[in-house]
Amino acid sequence: MSLIELRGLTHVYSQGTPFEKTAIEGLDLTLERNATVGLIGHTGSGKSTLISHLNALLKPTAGTVLLDGEDVFASKASIRAARFRVGVVFQYPEYQLFEETVAADIAFGPKNLKLPQPEIDRRVAEAAAFVGLGEDTLTRSPMELSGGQKRRAAIAGVLAMEPELLVLDEPTAGLDPAGREDLLEKLFAWRQARQAAVLLVTHDMTIANRCDRLVVMSEGKIVMDGAPAEVFARGGELTAIGLDLPAPALIAELLRRRGVAVPAGVYTADQLYDAILALRGEGGAPC
Amino acid sequence: MDPVIRIENVTYTYPDGARPALDGVSLDILPGTFTAVLGSNGSGKSTLAKHLNAILLPGAGRVLVDGMDTADEKDLIAIRRRVGMVFQNPDNQIVANVVEDDVAFAPENLGVESAEIRRRVDAALKQVGMYDFRMHAPHLLSGGQKQRVAIAGVLAMDPEVLVLDEPTAMLDPRGRREVIASVERLCRDRGITVVLITHHMDEAARADRVIVMDRGRIVMDGAPGQVFPQADRLRALRLTVPETTELILRLRAAGLDLPPEAVTPEACADAVKEALCH
Repeated sequence: MSLIELRGLTHVYSQGTPFEKTAIEGLDLTLERNATVGLIGHTGSGKSTLISHLNALLKPTAGTVLLDGEDVFASKASIRAARFRVGVVFQYPEYQLFEETVAADIAFGPKNLKLPQPEIDRRVAEAAAFVGLGEDTLTRSPMELSGGQKRRAAIAGVLAMEPELLVLDEPTAGLDPAGREDLLEKLFAWRQARQAAVLLVTHDMTIANRCDRLVVMSEGKIVMDGAPAEVFARGGELTAIGLDLPAPALIAELLRRRGVAVPAGVYTADQLYDAILALRGEGGAPC
Repeated sequence: MDPVIRIENVTYTYPDGARPALDGVSLDILPGTFTAVLGSNGSGKSTLAKHLNAILLPGAGRVLVDGMDTADEKDLIAIRRRVGMVFQNPDNQIVANVVEDDVAFAPENLGVESAEIRRRVDAALKQVGMYDFRMHAPHLLSGGQKQRVAIAGVLAMDPEVLVLDEPTAMLDPRGRREVIASVERLCRDRGITVVLITHHMDEAARADRVIVMDRGRIVMDGAPGQVFPQADRLRALRLTVPETTELILRLRAAGLDLPPEAVTPEACADAVKEALCH
């Protein structure tokens, strides 16, 4: 059974007022365990509205959210369960740190679960280790940390809930390239170790390229859903809905416009490299 | 040509800082140029930007804007009129309920005469492609549109230098393209000096000059075509090279005759086509 299943999910903000706005309409989506799904779409395409339904922060106007086949909105208990089983890391989560020490901040969620203290301690230590925060950091005030460390502390707080689905909204925004790479590797390792589902909202096509599957949203609907290769093969449509192509796909397209016979479907650096070398001495370019 | 900004051996340490955020930085920015500043988090980029219009003052050394020392309080207003700043989060920079009022805010405060304000606001909004939105409410705009309104607000001060500190970090790809295209046009068509702090190598690739900072010092300085091919050095500084440069370096290693300085996608495609013909 899929971990999450959305059926006909529709959300209308300010329904019945002059400001009525349909943010998402008739979405069907399933998310499986042990897979990283990238969610891409321009600002206002409905991504944030979608993820707010996954842990029951928003109630659908129509449609259902199923977690392990059970309706999340069936009862107060099921809503509460969804909040614990689905962890959401919103954009710039470092602004949400508030405890006196990093350890206390990470422990906040597990404490709300009313877990025994040794279990809380274990989870804090494990989550901190996953994001690469040392023991010396745990006793410090979150305010003393660098931006990148704060970001990791905030993510550790959600990991300590041991969610089955982890949703991250632009987790690498504002990080330098090495910090971006480092955080991604840690998240992929965590997903592997926990066999969890990860939903990664991103504008960065290099990151999207590394997901197992991509879901593309536009105007409140899912317009593409497939492997990165399938999605990036539809470059023209992506550009039309305000998204980027990964750099290799863009260069391939520019070469085609210059009359160079780069085959369709090239979107990774390796594919482009191979395609160019294959054209050498083949008369693949108009001279 | 005289530099519009001259930074002389500037050192700055934050009150709670263990080590200097800027450590003996010297830099001349020439008028009408587009400079990108790269560096890992904590390398001193934003601290440098805040020195350019006297938000921060040097602990040692000095910063001159058109020859005026930023530490000289009597020139503060003149300096801030010449050097405008745009920050990362557009929501923190918008003050009015209508786009054109927001853009008029600074010149009104400066006591600019109203016909002149009208002229400047219209011109600024046209320059960033937001004139048609002049009567809109800023909070209903997209991130890229808000950021262009913020840039127009700075332009309405008629500045010589536009400093942008990660202006696209919170934007989607379309927003990023819109903002960078506006900035490039302002520099190329209007001769405004641009200093762009960014983590995006593809944005830096469009600049005339790339400066790389590390631990408060300038460690690389040159045209994008000179800086980006130094892939190993950039990686050691926690940076990456643009994917265009990466491709060109690999193809060169495979024996294709390609210029390492083709750093934009367009230049890269031109160079590859050329090389395939030989």
